[in-house]
Amino acid sequence: MIELCAPMAGNVWKIQCNPGDRVTENEPVVILEVMKMEAEVFAPAPGVVKDLRVKEGDAVDEDDVLVLIEPE
Amino acid sequence: MTQELLASLGGLAARSGFTHVTWGHGVMWLVAAGLMYLAVVRKFEPLLLLPIAFGVLVANLPLAGLMEPNEGLLWRFYHYGIQWEVIPPLIFLGLGALTDFGPLLSQPKLIFLGAGAQVGVYITFFCAYLMGFDLKEAGTIGIIGGADGPTTIYLASRMAPQMLGTVAVAAYSYMAMVPLIQPPVMKLLTTEAERRIRMKRTRKVHPAEKVIFPVVGSLMVILLVPASAPLMAMFMLGNLFRESKVVDRLTGTCQNELLNIVTIFLGISVGATMSAESFLHARVIFVFLLGLGAFVVSTASGVLIAKLMNLLSRDKINPLLGAAGVSAVPMAARVVHKVGAEADRHNYLLMYAMGPNIAGVLGTLIAAGVFLTLLG
Repeated sequence: MIELCAPMAGNVWKIQCNPGDRVTENEPVVILEVMKMEAEVFAPAPGVVKDLRVKEGDAVDEDDVLVLIEPE
Repeated sequence: MTQELLASLGGLAARSGFTHVTWGHGVMWLVAAGLMYLAVVRKFEPLLLLPIAFGVLVANLPLAGLMEPNEGLLWRFYHYGIQWEVIPPLIFLGLGALTDFGPLLSQPKLIFLGAGAQVGVYITFFCAYLMGFDLKEAGTIGIIGGADGPTTIYLASRMAPQMLGTVAVAAYSYMAMVPLIQPPVMKLLTTEAERRIRMKRTRKVHPAEKVIFPVVGSLMVILLVPASAPLMAMFMLGNLFRESKVVDRLTGTCQNELLNIVTIFLGISVGATMSAESFLHARVIFVFLLGLGAFVVSTASGVLIAKLMNLLSRDKINPLLGAAGVSAVPMAARVVHKVGAEADRHNYLLMYAMGPNIAGVLGTLIAAGVFLTLLG
């Protein structure tokens, strides 16, 4: 199981996937907003989204788990 | 009866502003319209450029007397707010309350990037002097390269008030254009491989450090460069409010209501100084050119200092971070992040870039203090 973590502290702006979706490597899965700037967080490997640990609008710290992905 | 009525009407017309409009006024109205366009449509620093545009417009209305010494409304804002040096320090109170020194404290060597970017300020100062501006004006033009609005305004009000409006408009316009100005310079001076450098995880900063640092750091700066005291002391107070975490009401006021109120008066007053007489000179074009040069050279010197540091140390820093030493907070940091992400989408440079970005604010403050001490 891959834990996709926040690369920096910020706010979850958009979640681009749902549990059960198949994602490819480098597909933007979550978009954070940090200091009024969008920062995409990418899936590190192809897999299936298992669980969303945050919802849109949440504030996250660096290394907080955002999404769980089951690698293929 | 009718004769008296006609005479009164004639008197009214003669005293109306319409009969006293000069071409100079007309040009300044166009300048005001241009600034309003930049602020409202292109969203260039609207918080400052809109009130500035307004100030330019109404100060250039003949006979309105808004800038009449001792009587005009805008003159009073300018005199008591800026000439008495009250408003710029209050802006710094607000900025201190907004600033998080965490990214800088977790990697202190980034302070050299903030210092390095100030080199552009000094180079521009020399170029301006060589081009014929006197020392005080040259220093004021140079500080545009520090990309710090309140510091620029403070220095201009002390050293070259006749250029206040010009340098302020130049500074804020170029700050808004940082996403256009910086990337070409950054890409010219770095290789793709250098732009891909990932920064190492930095240490966690203890909350106590964030309280001690503003006090100790500010004391050192004020003792070193006493002329920086008004701005530095207020910056320290704002930061102390924020990091103490026990005066959230005060911190909130400094960050919001206070900063907004003072920004309004700052913009109006600065714009109101731009009369046709002070603005419509050929030298104004040189100020804008030198100001642009200042931004370019500051970006370059920041990046080059970073590359120099990489030669001397085993821990490599991404040289793009040097561009964040140009203290347009947080625009320059965002630009650094974007240029880094173009080279490697998994590289998240934003928070690392905030370190030199904040250091640059202090660097510009110190540079202004140095200019005041040596030239003022």
